Order: sequence, then structure tokens, then C-alpha cells
Amino acid sequence: MRETTALCTKPVIELDFMELDRIIDDEYSRDKENLIMILQAIQNTYNYLPKPTLAYLSEKTGVPLSQIYGVATFYKTFSLEPRGKNIIYVCLGTACHVRGGGKIMDRLKEILRIDTGETTEDMRFTLEGVRCIGCCSLGPVIKINEDIHSRISGDMVENILSKYA
Amino acid sequence: MKIQTIADLERLSRDYSAKLYYPERIKVNIGMASCGIGAGAQASYKRAVENLSDDKNIEICRTGCIGFCEEEPLVEVLSKGKPRVMYRHITEDKIIEAIEDYKNQEFKKKLVLGQMKDPRSILEDELENPQAHIPAIDGIPYLEEIPFYRQQVKVALRNCGYIDPEQIEEYIARGGYFAFLRSLGEMSSREIIATIKESGLRGRGGGGFPTGIKWETCAKHRGERYIICNADEGDPGAYMDRSVLEGDPHSVLEGMLIAGYAIGSKEGFIYVRHEYPLAVKRLITAIKQAESYGLLGDNIGGSDFSFRIKISTGAGAFVCGESTALMASLEGKVGRPRAKYVHTVEKGFRNMPSNLNNVETYSNVPVILLKGSKWYAGMGTQRSKGTKVFSLVGKVNNTGLVEVPMGISLREIVYDIGGGIPKKKEFKAVQTGGPSGGCIPERYLDLGVDFDELTKVGSIMGSGGMIVMDQDTCMVDVARYFLDFLKEESCGQCNPCREGIKQMLDILTDICLGKGKDGDIELLEELGAMIQKFSLCGLGTSAPNPVLTTIVYFRDEYEAHIRDKKCPAGVCKALFYYEIDKEKCTGCQVCARKCPQEAITGEKKKIHVLDQSKCIKCGICYEACKFDAVVVK
Repeated sequence: MRETTALCTKPVIELDFMELDRIIDDEYSRDKENLIMILQAIQNTYNYLPKPTLAYLSEKTGVPLSQIYGVATFYKTFSLEPRGKNIIYVCLGTACHVRGGGKIMDRLKEILRIDTGETTEDMRFTLEGVRCIGCCSLGPVIKINEDIHSRISGDMVENILSKYA
Repeated sequence: MKIQTIADLERLSRDYSAKLYYPERIKVNIGMASCGIGAGAQASYKRAVENLSDDKNIEICRTGCIGFCEEEPLVEVLSKGKPRVMYRHITEDKIIEAIEDYKNQEFKKKLVLGQMKDPRSILEDELENPQAHIPAIDGIPYLEEIPFYRQQVKVALRNCGYIDPEQIEEYIARGGYFAFLRSLGEMSSREIIATIKESGLRGRGGGGFPTGIKWETCAKHRGERYIICNADEGDPGAYMDRSVLEGDPHSVLEGMLIAGYAIGSKEGFIYVRHEYPLAVKRLITAIKQAESYGLLGDNIGGSDFSFRIKISTGAGAFVCGESTALMASLEGKVGRPRAKYVHTVEKGFRNMPSNLNNVETYSNVPVILLKGSKWYAGMGTQRSKGTKVFSLVGKVNNTGLVEVPMGISLREIVYDIGGGIPKKKEFKAVQTGGPSGGCIPERYLDLGVDFDELTKVGSIMGSGGMIVMDQDTCMVDVARYFLDFLKEESCGQCNPCREGIKQMLDILTDICLGKGKDGDIELLEELGAMIQKFSLCGLGTSAPNPVLTTIVYFRDEYEAHIRDKKCPAGVCKALFYYEIDKEKCTGCQVCARKCPQEAITGEKKKIHVLDQSKCIKCGICYEACKFDAVVVK
């Protein structure tokens, strides 16, 4: 069977300007102070921040593109690169760390053959470290998309990943 | 309906109090904060609703964090005239069994954590204890008497786990919004501030600045004033604020309303980290409900006081917990701190006077106003009044949230409440104060925990994270961990923090890789002192603390890494290897089966062998072996 390679190349993003207008104007009333939340909403739509959206946002709000770029690169949540279909957040908070969160991260890197912040070639997974999601009593914890997997050990990782196509 | 008077509140309170305490049907409260959901409560809830929604005698409800996270998912079941029973580890496969157990009043020990003696909140003294005339169940302990809960006094957490956080009426039923409406009608702004000052309440975010004085100073400055709530709980290992936001969001809104009235503000902001999506969701719901009852909005309670609250989400930057950085971030900018020659109470958000307090601080305020400053100041130590919530996590048996009067010793928290260290391992240290704090060794465990005491041994109480570490924790690795965290989180504008932390991290990384040299420890100390002295903000000046405290208390571990090239705890991969102890190996094959590298071989009931050339030191075998036969060398 031939593997499809379509997903390996960078996807071409078609911008939905109506949706962008809805976010910027309706939801956040074109207010500069809402910049971070507008960026979050855009990222929720596209899974990352496509560069043209930033230019469009700058034009609409009057915030210089340099400043928007500054915000988009300062805060950890934002990604300027396309991310995988499933995002794995490995909690690296102190409580998870002392209970072996680092080992879970190592195991994931090995299985997925990517480093932190990278995406698998098939765009299935992006691996990210996160500084505490507040489930400290259940450590080590990983969060895949919105699901929290608690009290995991290295040998459970493969099985958990298999649930995410 | 708009709430205008105390009588309106009382009416609502009476109606819902009956529903909370004397439900005609069997009421099943499932603890569904993020931690409960992480442990499987969502699935349990779903299963219960699917199976029992037709049963008219059962009501499935959601509640916030019940606190004893180790036993999650926790489910409390009650009904009129019957005992209130807490069931533990109620995953989806057990939820039906637990409800059946309650229906039949069997109370099987394997399911039950305890029975509740008195469910009233600290604000409900005048109410008769709903459980007063219900005979106790034989052989089942009272929740209030089990070691985890025995020493707790719930002030900030008064409603967490008791109410549905998405129902404002249940908050009101337990005494909510009375403090606000009363102070609005009967107290002047000066009187409120005086009460807060007398109570001795200090900022619960970690800084410990007296809240009353902050309010007073902010109220003095002219211009549009803002009330801001710091819900950017960034310390890894701390989740007190998340629990309050998810379990009792109205307590924070009420605290902010009181602050708004006292300081003379019309607008409040809650800056909450985006890693807490459930907290954001519940806050949005809470604000909408408060607005619909007229408790937020224009001319509240018919007075000329108007107040609105807006939510703003962070985007993953630890430094935004610092006041000036937080306010920059609120303005939609990059969150970089500034030097505080002028304090934020004078010029903060939008360059206007801004009062910033943390979630737990606001949540304490209504209680202080209702119960009085004397009552509050009666708890705690001389300079740290009241209670404090701690998240007790790491290598400790009873993990969870504990709220105790300040001054309680670390030993009581770790051993009495926490139940000691799991798997009979040895205690090594307790880390307090997050990346700005330090690691406290065994010999200081009898210190009382408050704002001042822990600073004497180089740590701080901080916002309340308490991470217990055992013999398997490498203190050099922990120091390296915090610096790695801080290097990532440094905003980069001042040299000492940006460059200094990186240099310290490089040295520590070398030590962990076995490339440490004589003189490294001294160099770390020198760099640490420099960063403490010359950094711009609190993040920088406190950044070296975890390294410096571990050097003071665990110097031998540093020396083992540097001189002997050994990691005694078996964490730093370059400095140890696993071996199978021939005396202890029973040949059970568990490790061999689990090894992802197939590095372990051996027949059943024969001693296994570990092939060092294949081993990647992932530690799976070490954790899997029940006979301690895999050892660190």
C-alpha cells in the first residue's frame, strides 16, 4: 500500500475573512487590549497563526505588525507553524517532574521520533511541554487535545497514543 | 429577578438551602474540577446520567474539587433524613454500584471514604446542622475526623465540593453575596478597608503584602481605579486558585465587588491563565448569572454603585504573574515587568490606580466581613493571620488541597495530613514557593508555615505549592529543572536574569551530564548572588533560590555528581545504570515484558539479566519491579 504524502507538505491555508471579521469585530470589538484573546481565537480556528492573518489583524486594529509578532512570539501558546492534528501537552510542572514527567517526555520523543515543539511528518501529533496544568495530585499527567491522562507510566504511552488517529 | 435587598437574598437562600441539605431525592454530587475529570469523573457522570436519568428518585449533580485528590473521583451521596456519605475512587465502572450501595444503605467499606458530620459552611452558624439528628453509620469514620481533613479549616475553600459552581443560587444558599450587600448598605468604604486591615489579611499570591493597606493606598489615588484579580497561577505544582475558580467562582466575584465598592472602582478584570479552560468557562457562567440577578452591572442593589467584571486570558507566560507584567498583558501587550519606582496602586493598568489581588485573597474577603476581623485574626500566627490553602503533591500518600491555619508545621502537613511518603521510601525535602522558593530538608520540618518563618531557611511560603520529594528525587536535577523553567520564562529584558540564569543552567546541565568541575559550586553561588542583587523584577531576584537552597542543604549530592560522577538518586542518566539484584529477583518476568528495548532477558523463576548496551534508562523496569530487584548503581 502506498502511503499518502499529501499531508506531509505544508497545507495551503485558505483564509476565511468573514470568520476573521467575526472574531475581530464582533467577538472582540476591534479592541487593541483584546489582542491576545483575538490571537487565541484565530489559533483555535486554524490550529496555528497563519502569517497573513496577522497582517490582516494589524490592518484592522491599527496595532503595528511588529508588535503583533512580538506578542505572538512572546507567549508560549502561540505557534506560527502549522501544528499536528492532535497536540500532546506533557505536563512538566514540579509535581509531575518528581514523579517522572521527564521520562514520559523522553518516551514520547522516542516513539514519535520528534523533539519538543515539533510535529510528526504525517501531521498526526505535535509534542509540547507545558508548565503545569494544575492536576498535580494525579501526576505524571499528559493532556492530548482536551483529554487529561493521569497517573501514567512509560509503558502506557503507546497505548494512549493509539487512541488518537 | 433582580436582587435588591438582603431580604431577597434570604428568600433565595432559604429555598436553595433546603435543596442542598434536605433533598427529597437521592442527590449524587460528583466532584468535577479538572483534577476529578482527569481521574475519570466525567466518564462517571456520563455513565450515571445515561443509566439513571429516568429514575425519578435520583438527581445527578456536579460539584467542584472535594480536595482529597488522591481518592478521586470522589462522589458524595445524600438524601433527606439519611447520612451524607463520601465514596472514593468512583470511576465509571463503580458509579452505579456506589449509588446502589447508598440506596440500600449498605455502605461497603471498599467504596466509602467517610460520612459527613456537619456539611455547613463557615458562614452558616445560625443554621441547624442538617445532619444533627441522623444516627451515625457504624464502622464508617467521620470525614472531619480522618487525618486528611482533621486539621483543616475551610475559609477560602468553604464551598468547594459542596455546591454546583454553575448555580449562583447554591452559592447564595451557603451565605454568598450577603457580605457584599451588607457592606454596600451598611458600611462606608473606610469601614470596609479598616476591617480588612484589622483582620491582618495578607496577599495570598505569595507576596504577603497587607491587603487592607493596598486597598487604602489605591483608594487614595485619583483617577479611574481598577480592580484586578490575578488568576495566572503560574507556580508549577500549585493549583489552589484553579480549584477556587472551578469550584466556587462567585466567592472571587464577591471579593472583587467588595474591593470595588471599598476602593471606588467601576471595573474589574480577572486575568486567568489559558491552561485552565474549565475555570474560564465557569467564570463566564458565574459573571452572566451575577449580572442576571443584578449583582453585577449598574446601580447594584438600588445604590449608585456600578461594577462590571471582564475576563482576560493569559497565553502561557510565567512572568505575567508579576503585577506590572500582568497589567501590560491585560493591555494586550508583551508581558514584560517594569521597575516599580511608581507602584501599580498609583499607576498600573491603563496608567491608572489599580488594585491587584490574587484569587484566594478575594475569596477570603466576604468571610472576613461577615465573621469580623477579630474572628479572622484569631487564626494563624502573630504576623500571618487566617488560613492558607496548600496543594500537597509529589511523593506523598495523601495528595490534595489542604486549608489549614497558618503556623502549622511542615511535619504536620507532610506526615499527619499527607500521611507520609509512599512505598516506605525516605523523605528528602519539601519544595515550597515554586521557582522562587527553595527546598527544605528534614531537619527544618518542625518550622511553622507562614509568610515569615520559611524565609529564615532560604525558602518562602509563596502561593501554596508544596511538593514533597523522596530518596528517588535528585536535588541537583530539581535545581536544574527550576532553572530550565526560569530560563524559558525569563522575559529577557534585563541582563542578570537573561544571561545569568542561562550560565547557571549551563553549569548545572554539565554537572548532571557528569562534566562537572571543582569550583562549579562556588561559581553557582557567585552567579546566584549577582542575579539576586541586580535583576529587575521578582522573578529574577528570586530565581537562584532553588539552586542556592539545594547547595546549602544537599551539597553532598552536588559533590557526588562532580567528584564521583554518580547520581545517588538515579535520575541523571549519564551518572547511573540499572542493575538486577540477584538476591531479590524472583524471575517474575514483569520487567522483561515491559522493557521497550528488550534489554532484559531471563526465563520464568530464574534470575534475569539486563543488557547494559541496550538499556536506555527509561526506568520502566525500576517502577515495575515489586521486589526492589532493579537497583540504581
